[in-house]
Amino acid sequence: MTVPGKRDFPVIFEFSTPGRVGSSFPAPDVPELALDALVPAEHLREEPAALPEVSELDVVRHYTRLSHRNFSIDEGFYPLGSCTMKYNPKIHEDVARFPGFSRLHPYTPPEQAQGALQLLWELERQLAEISGMERVTFQPAAGAHGELTGLLMIRAYFESRGERQRTKVVVPDSAHGTNPATAAMVGYQVITVKSDSRGNMDVDALRAAMDETVAAIMLTNPNTLGLFEERITEVEEIVHGNGAQMYMDGANFNAILGITRPGDQGFDVMHFNLHKTFTTPHGGGGPGAGAVGVKSHLVPFLPVPVVERDGDRFRLDTNRPKSIGKVRAFYGNFGNLVRAYAYLRSMGSEGMRQIAEAAVLNANYMLARLRSSFDRPYDRLCKHEFVLAGTRQKRQYGVTTRDIAKRILDYGFHAPTIYFPLIVDEAIMIEPTETESKRTMDEFIEALLAINREAKESPDIVRSAPHTTPVKRLDEVRAARQPDLRWKPQR
Amino acid sequence: MTDRRKGVEVERRVQQKYIPATDAEREEMLRTIGVGSVEALFADIPVPVRLDRPLSLPPALSDPELIAQLRALAQANLDCDRATCFLGAGAYDHYVPSVVWHLAGRGEFLTAYTPYQAELMQGELQAGYEYQSMLCELTGMDVANASMYDGASATAEAAVMAKDLTKRSEVLVSTAVHPEYRQVIRTYVSPLGIQVADVPYRNAVTDIHAVEAALSDRTAAIIIQHPNFFGSLEDARALADLAHRAGALLICAIAEPLSLGILKPPGSWGADIVAGEGQPLGNNLNFGGPYLGMLATRMEFVRRIPGRLVGATVDTEGRRGFVLTLQTREQHIRREKASSNICTNEALLALAAAIYMAALGKQGLRRVAELNLRKAAYAKDAIGSIPGFEVPFDAPTFHEFVVRTPLDPDELNRRLLQHNILGGASLGRWYPELHDAWLVCVTEQRTRGEIDRLVEVLEGIR
Repeated sequence: MTVPGKRDFPVIFEFSTPGRVGSSFPAPDVPELALDALVPAEHLREEPAALPEVSELDVVRHYTRLSHRNFSIDEGFYPLGSCTMKYNPKIHEDVARFPGFSRLHPYTPPEQAQGALQLLWELERQLAEISGMERVTFQPAAGAHGELTGLLMIRAYFESRGERQRTKVVVPDSAHGTNPATAAMVGYQVITVKSDSRGNMDVDALRAAMDETVAAIMLTNPNTLGLFEERITEVEEIVHGNGAQMYMDGANFNAILGITRPGDQGFDVMHFNLHKTFTTPHGGGGPGAGAVGVKSHLVPFLPVPVVERDGDRFRLDTNRPKSIGKVRAFYGNFGNLVRAYAYLRSMGSEGMRQIAEAAVLNANYMLARLRSSFDRPYDRLCKHEFVLAGTRQKRQYGVTTRDIAKRILDYGFHAPTIYFPLIVDEAIMIEPTETESKRTMDEFIEALLAINREAKESPDIVRSAPHTTPVKRLDEVRAARQPDLRWKPQR
Repeated sequence: MTDRRKGVEVERRVQQKYIPATDAEREEMLRTIGVGSVEALFADIPVPVRLDRPLSLPPALSDPELIAQLRALAQANLDCDRATCFLGAGAYDHYVPSVVWHLAGRGEFLTAYTPYQAELMQGELQAGYEYQSMLCELTGMDVANASMYDGASATAEAAVMAKDLTKRSEVLVSTAVHPEYRQVIRTYVSPLGIQVADVPYRNAVTDIHAVEAALSDRTAAIIIQHPNFFGSLEDARALADLAHRAGALLICAIAEPLSLGILKPPGSWGADIVAGEGQPLGNNLNFGGPYLGMLATRMEFVRRIPGRLVGATVDTEGRRGFVLTLQTREQHIRREKASSNICTNEALLALAAAIYMAALGKQGLRRVAELNLRKAAYAKDAIGSIPGFEVPFDAPTFHEFVVRTPLDPDELNRRLLQHNILGGASLGRWYPELHDAWLVCVTEQRTRGEIDRLVEVLEGIR
């Protein structure tokens, strides 16, 4: 028997009624020949694909209701560390949907796509200036895709120099999982270097790991602990002294806009997460846009095509013999590039610096108010985010970081990133971004302090959280052991 | 006020819009932190690497100025609302029902992150599960992932998957696969020691005898596209049988999923992995992106599939709910041993595709596929009848076909532009032997009147 209010929320297939349609297309205005007169019958499917048969209103209600079962920046505070969940301006949605962009075919002759090419060229110049790089490609669709593009260029660079013995990539133990995964996709062996007691990459360990077989080091700066690599100039000397390349994972670029440039720190190549720093919306897991900037020695290896300017005209250059080729079709996630361009044009130079300053101020404020209530692995000023440890709560009250995160949902906030970076036990990683007000941050801080009290006084409430979400805690083990990855009709 | 002062004032106003902290709040926060200035928060950045000048960027624009600037750039492009489009070649001008982006563009979906807190994110998780289910129905495969970057990179990831599954080191790629997909496959697989062997086409389809000759015990997969880059239908079952007899996999790239409204699903003729481009499923042309990479396979291969998978499960009260699952394949758990490095994907476009497929439904998808087929057949007949123009291949086609033209296709396109027509793609840039050939696409968006007008113009300029 179904308990009222505890019914399963239906999937769209469950509304299906044979014969119902939710779309309208005109009758053919060309001769209606039998299909098998146009295509041999052996190619034709016997049954139409079993898609739902629903009305337009069914579709509108269903997906509107699903949207209510979601949590977004538009609804509330989203302090997911490493994800830079800042406000996504609405004006960007309007401009990206101008038909001149959204209805533009990628193979439109370049002479008829001058506005799009000009936008790409100008955006490239601006990102090159902000990063201290020579040129930027927009082809990668996301940060990890940018990492792939960057390492492929490094690989091609060393091949062009005959340095084929360079088969290793060094990553710190605090790195994003994508870094070692990318290195493996490019055929590199991964060497992990530990962090020191201040949360920097351990310079002695780096020195010991470096030799002529290392192609590159992949570093996030500020790193995933939210800390600036204080010994970056020593790192640069060691890496370049060994003839290796420096790759920067730009996931945390928000913290240093207009304050320090990766190119000036010595990085040879970096990716930008335009969907983080430059506020293109995440869309629940994409589309992103992972532009990649390079210094001049890597320019010949950029993916094709690149946009070039001749006087006041723009063209696509595909004739680049040393190019690594392509990492996706066409030119990249152009719609997101329009949004990033709009953001840069509305913030300007002063705005870039203001973003970094406000993001870092906000993070340090939250840290200052929370530091005494949680353990803290590295006691320093942070940049745009900081990492707490829920070890005290786990030890004293048997309440884990996962429990705390789930309880935060009941207070109307998204949870911080948890259990990352892997080097911090019971990690809680908080990134407020510059677009949050003090009032919002105060509310979140009060919630976290209240949960801390609950952990002590009534730990079961925390351990059994969440209580107010559309569903309660979900059985992930069952999902993995009995995979149910598609809807099928009940027989 | 000087121009520079004015610029700074404008910038301040914009910043206040997106950065809410007031001066008083800044002071209060600094006091709480216990530092005297914001600069002090950056003391850990070594002086030699600090930027000692303002960034050199164009001056900030107010919102109305920004709209004007972007509108000017947009209007410098000839988009498919302003010209009659016969261009396809991997990006297709289809009708997008209004419901698709009114729903997918809702802030609740648009401004959410990857669903790390499943209980709070049932909306996008369930939509992902629905998308996976619909894609399985469309392709006849057992399991689909929640999305890849685009059709080309999805096909390249499928090639890597085939290497891992077969422990073999060569992929045979038909030259009738989209040239840019082939470039991407090469870029992805070369560093992993996988050889790419091109297999020629004949009569606009993959040369099956050449495939047979090229197959060996090193072959991990045959990669075809169906309908292929020339718009032609492959003898897909025969190619799949050949692959399987040699112990290899058949990877089918699909650049036009609407074709599956009438074509046999790849699962029914033996495809092992279907990789493709979901742009036609409710997404805009967007000058080439963002697009939607599709990836589907057999259940037995699920543990090698890259990317996110949504699975159904139950909560502590027995209600159905959805989570990201089988995550031990993924980079954040497995790091260098993951099946791929993919993290952010194209989730919002998968949601849009689900809404599109639901809105069209079982009947609508077939109907729109039939419209594409019939209109393209009409155009192929009419263009092929113009003296000087020739349809050189007789393989059956879906909504694209090759035409040999009496003058250079680029020149032809320039003349068509004077009539506000975007002509087909010139094939010579990828296929030197087809330097005088054109790839024409006719979707449901084109009316008979527009096709007749194209024919009329072509008759006039030959």
